[in-house]
Amino acid sequence: MNTTNVSRREFLQTSAGATAGLVIGFNFPSSNAQSKAPATAGIAAGNVGGTSEVNAWIHITPDNRVLVKFARSEMGQGTSTSLPMMVAEELECDWSRVEISEAMYSEHIKRNRLYVTTATGGSRGTRDSASVMLNAGATARAMLVQAAAARWSVPVSECVTANSIITHTPSKRTVTYGAVAEAASKLKAPEKVALKDPKDWKLVGKPIPRIDIPDKVVGKPMYGIDVVRPGMVHAAIAQCPVFGGKVKSIDAASLAAAKRMKGVADVLDMGEYVAVVGNNWWRCNQAVKSLKVTWDEGGNGNVSSESIKKYMQEGVAKPATLAKTTGDFAKAYADAPTKLEAEFYAPYLDHAPMEPMNCTAEVKDGFVTVWVPTQSAEAAAAAAARAANVAPDKVEVYRQQLGGGFGRRGAFQDFSRQAVEIAMKVNKPVKLLWSREEDIQHGHYRPATVARLQGALDKDGKLVALSARVGVQSILERVRPEALRKTESGPVDPMATSCFDDSPYAIPNLRTEHFYAKQHVPVGFWRAVAHSQNPVFRECFMDELAARAKRDPYQFRMDLLSGTADPVRRDRGVLEAVAKGADWSKPMPANHFRGIAVQDAYGSHAASVVEIEKLANGKLKIKRVVIAVDCGHVAHADAAKAQIEGCMIYALTAALYGEITIKNGRVEQSNFHDYPMMKISETPKIVSLLVPSGGFWGGMGEPPMAPLTPALLNAIFAATGKMHRSLPLSKEGVLFA
Amino acid sequence: MSTCEINGTRVDFKALNVEDEMPLLWALRDELNLPGTKYGCGIAQCGACTVHIDGEAVRSCVYPIGACNGKKIVTIEGLAATNGNKLTKIQEAWIKHQVPQCGYCQSGMILAAEKLLRDKPKPTDADIDAAMTNICRCSTYVRVRAAIHDVAGTTNTRA
Ligand code: FES
Ligand code: FES
Repeated sequence: MNTTNVSRREFLQTSAGATAGLVIGFNFPSSNAQSKAPATAGIAAGNVGGTSEVNAWIHITPDNRVLVKFARSEMGQGTSTSLPMMVAEELECDWSRVEISEAMYSEHIKRNRLYVTTATGGSRGTRDSASVMLNAGATARAMLVQAAAARWSVPVSECVTANSIITHTPSKRTVTYGAVAEAASKLKAPEKVALKDPKDWKLVGKPIPRIDIPDKVVGKPMYGIDVVRPGMVHAAIAQCPVFGGKVKSIDAASLAAAKRMKGVADVLDMGEYVAVVGNNWWRCNQAVKSLKVTWDEGGNGNVSSESIKKYMQEGVAKPATLAKTTGDFAKAYADAPTKLEAEFYAPYLDHAPMEPMNCTAEVKDGFVTVWVPTQSAEAAAAAAARAANVAPDKVEVYRQQLGGGFGRRGAFQDFSRQAVEIAMKVNKPVKLLWSREEDIQHGHYRPATVARLQGALDKDGKLVALSARVGVQSILERVRPEALRKTESGPVDPMATSCFDDSPYAIPNLRTEHFYAKQHVPVGFWRAVAHSQNPVFRECFMDELAARAKRDPYQFRMDLLSGTADPVRRDRGVLEAVAKGADWSKPMPANHFRGIAVQDAYGSHAASVVEIEKLANGKLKIKRVVIAVDCGHVAHADAAKAQIEGCMIYALTAALYGEITIKNGRVEQSNFHDYPMMKISETPKIVSLLVPSGGFWGGMGEPPMAPLTPALLNAIFAATGKMHRSLPLSKEGVLFA
Repeated sequence: MSTCEINGTRVDFKALNVEDEMPLLWALRDELNLPGTKYGCGIAQCGACTVHIDGEAVRSCVYPIGACNGKKIVTIEGLAATNGNKLTKIQEAWIKHQVPQCGYCQSGMILAAEKLLRDKPKPTDADIDAAMTNICRCSTYVRVRAAIHDVAGTTNTRA
């Protein structure tokens, strides 16, 4: 038989050949870790290789390529397209010649935080970058024009720009940006530049095809999991199943057997976890699984979901730490003719991005390099620096494509730390990959939350008093404890009572309290963070109150949104838009029901209507979801809609199935068979309405999450008369077709 | 002898010293450096690792090398080569409808869609529901459905 042993390089070349010519403008030096380009390719400090740095964000080549520095993380939101669009809008350059290039962490540090931030979270990727990007484009344009005008000795005012060409109108002389870029880069940047009126935008907001997509249909992007370094070993790990525990001992026979397994180079006791390094990740993982490890579980081996829930229920049964008070809740509540009290529960949730946690690390001569899918280069660098005990400027971070983030890959860089630790131990480049099981059992979870709500209506059915006592662990405590609000009776995490403290409803007597829960389960920033659970409590309770008042839930809300302040006005705007889009004024067909909810989050305002059908067999079917979002200015219309679609399923998955449970101190779920995800068959129709009111930039990656679950629960309430105050619905016996 | 053809190239896994028990996924990724096929769960739940084996859409994370003998395997890297080095209609529709978000699940999603359309050139929504069981955590499902219908010229009853 004619068998050829094909080399890895040939495979790569064959694969690349099929797709040559498809790729425009994706110029990450890290996007192919094996490329021959030096590690510093694309980083122009000053003018390198003919490429001129007009300003920190914009480098222009003599042949008119515009390289835009990208400091955020692309995890599918389209930011790597929408931010360069803003630059191009004001720069007036040829969009087809725009490329993005990674804003390197080392440059950022060396040049006094050149890129402002390298983090992507809190739906800030676009909204916090917009003014920076627009100004960068406008400033560069002014400098290019100034350089051209100087060359021609003509006034700047006689020059116009379009498509990377400067024209001197009276003489019709032209020059390209590339030809004057070097001269422009030597000019002093103007202090102030005028920006376009948003109504004149030609690119911003338009559904321009995303730069990252062509690669993604041919399997070409380099995710963190795909990184290969010369001389690299793979690593698989097992962490103590009880959070905070450590390795006590590894059974000697299993250790010896694992070391003999094919492809295994070494088995390492890393204190807090065990690691196997070798020449193929699957072999390493098989060996890790074969180890018999005795764990020192610490003091938390008895904790369970039930014990945690009971602890928080007890916590909210009595007065907790005051977060906010207006009016006199106690008196108004006591005096009111109609009262309602409810306790809500939301479980721990894991992010489970499709790409499990990973990081590749190399430590050489006191310098650490990591290739990592991270939502924050700075957080990854900090973790790496700490692990290697070096200064932050002795680290370089190559941000890889992220196979999803959802908040898991931001503040907590446990995987980056571990990769560096293992690389130091074996003195080789290491690619650490967590198994899906490690990923689900060692998350930084959306905190389980118990909320005790009390509301009172006056004799006209108007909401006059509301109290929310929320029992939840603090996420802030883990990242920025100094930002906690200190009170006489203890700390308050402002996130705990968000959505109530800043409720847009005109409620004269409001009181919120935080039961500052302490548990060993690590909590973190899950998509929408507190706005994943608090809107459920608030907006479902609103429907229960509306039912008590015998009012239509839409009208009940609208009556309370009477203020003229911007947030109130915008909440009203999205509610109106969603009611109109869903034909709220018309009755539903037989056996069809709907629910509505509104919530502002991360600078945007979102409202949703969820429509369900009650089938003859008693099951429910989610038929259609209508969502309206006011994000001020839309950066990219199609990417914004994709975020709405994504948020819909991310939220509904949690509402229907999502729950991480704790038993004997450890997570019970381990993979997608017991932590299930919604699939295409369950995906309802969706109507996404962008209703930008202008004047501000709001987030898009999380805000659409906020009103979805309450709108669904309110629809079920309308259908069955029962408000399911505890999630997920699968635990409540609610069945979906 | 575990000899197969991957993206048109003969591969002898014995000669590469790959054991029969290793799932195809890890031979592709870590032995052949074909990283387009992704790891999502390792237990046939998510479909990120989907490849074509003799024309069937198979979850390579649970498909052992020992079973690959004599098989023809196509991964995302080799898909365009099966279409005269041009993007397939599905790949083109994926760009037209801007399907991928993070993109991590999309190799598997695309290979599942290719197989569906080969079996059922005119799929109904029920056919799509039954065939497309891949998990996409970014939730590109709305666009996956739209793109499949666009290629097939069939009616999307969920739009
Ligand atoms: S990795 Fe194979 S199905 Fe998930
Ligand atoms: S596109 Fe991100 S998981 Fe599907």
